[in-house]
Amino acid sequence: MDLSTPLGDEVLALRAGDRVSLSGTIYTARDEAHRRMHEEGIPFDPKGAAIYHCGPVIRDRTVIAAGPTTSARMNTCSTFLIDAGVKALIGKGGMGREVAEHLFGRGVYLAFTGGCAALAASRMQLKGVDFEDLGMAEAVWAIELDHLPLVVGIDSHGGDLFDRVMRRASMRFRTMRHPKPE
Amino acid sequence: MAETADAALFEAIAGATAKAIRRAEIEMPPDVLTRLRCAAASETSEVARQELQNIFANIEEAERRQIPICQDTGVMVVYLTIPPDIPFSGRLGDAVAEGVARATGEVPLRPNVVDPIARHNTGTNTGQGMPVVHVLPGDQITVTVLPKGAGSENVSRTAMLLPSQQAEIPRFVAETMLLAGGKPCPPVVLGVGIGSTFDGVAALAKEALLQPIDAMDPFEQLICDAVNCLEIGPMGLGGTTTALAVKVKKADCHTASLPVAVNVQCWACRRATEIVEVP
Repeated sequence: MDLSTPLGDEVLALRAGDRVSLSGTIYTARDEAHRRMHEEGIPFDPKGAAIYHCGPVIRDRTVIAAGPTTSARMNTCSTFLIDAGVKALIGKGGMGREVAEHLFGRGVYLAFTGGCAALAASRMQLKGVDFEDLGMAEAVWAIELDHLPLVVGIDSHGGDLFDRVMRRASMRFRTMRHPKPE
Repeated sequence: MAETADAALFEAIAGATAKAIRRAEIEMPPDVLTRLRCAAASETSEVARQELQNIFANIEEAERRQIPICQDTGVMVVYLTIPPDIPFSGRLGDAVAEGVARATGEVPLRPNVVDPIARHNTGTNTGQGMPVVHVLPGDQITVTVLPKGAGSENVSRTAMLLPSQQAEIPRFVAETMLLAGGKPCPPVVLGVGIGSTFDGVAALAKEALLQPIDAMDPFEQLICDAVNCLEIGPMGLGGTTTALAVKVKKADCHTASLPVAVNVQCWACRRATEIVEVP
């Protein structure tokens, strides 16, 4: 499914495990940016916005590398963004129960492949920046996306692909016998 | 004369180190590509196939634009071989460090090295005890670099098993991946050290990652199958490919010990070797 920002209620139809491609403006944010936005306000229109957990490498106003960072670090500082109207969080590794519950009926978490910094950069054009004083990795960069391939990790119905996979892995580990060479 | 020769050798080692780092960061080793292709061919989950396609596209893009495969360009673990006629001194390590600092500016690499408590970044990927340099005897001078990212390093584990717990080894490796989940950016390569001592076994596990991964012996295959039956899949999104390969390296140990270590490596199993031409 092709999605573009600003996102609307079309994201509510998505289910964990669906593959989507995202175009339009997204905003990068890591730990420091979340803190600043919480204290001073969100520097862009959050209605239907998508946040990308990423500390990009920018050189000469060009995105050189922009792979996803571990989203779980933002577990405790993301709900205010969803309250403000943000419809999609993008990153790697999934997010905690509190965020998953907050997304219920409101938005989705989209997973991008860890380490794929060059691929991401090839689909990006830099549009602007806020909080540049936080440094390159922590600033909020506005980036125009052209069809980034993503997977719905957490949907707005309580579906969580990461959680499902790890529950199954746990069960399989418990029933694993001592493997022995033949 | 001796000083000139020393300066030329220093420069040759620094240059070869920087060159090996550049290659490791930008080009995927052929054996890793082979294993990724095998995984993509046998993977049944649509989501997992998409993740692997993204990885292939990323590897191509990095090579085309001559930029690092991943933004976590790691910390440098360096293996140096030295022939008998080269005098062993601290200058060898200094030359490697010079190569690391040079590559940090030239490739460029992300400066990742910090003081462990103050967290002050040195800016050059060098510092006290960094890069990690292992010196081994050899026929010629070679520099092998293994840039190690934090996501996978952070979920690595060591255990001092009982000598009677040999059969526990595959389960311990599988448990390591169960605890890690999607955090180390699977599909992973697992370096497993068995034997030696508490400190030695971790070094064995890391050295195991230097071996080509396009072949596994029956024991390695057995551990790999145990890990893959968890179906954690690429990025923890599910699928049959959790580990691309398991490589084991052993050493003898105390009769009362069975040290085991698992060094987890993300899909970007980066490494490169350069031969140093002695000036």
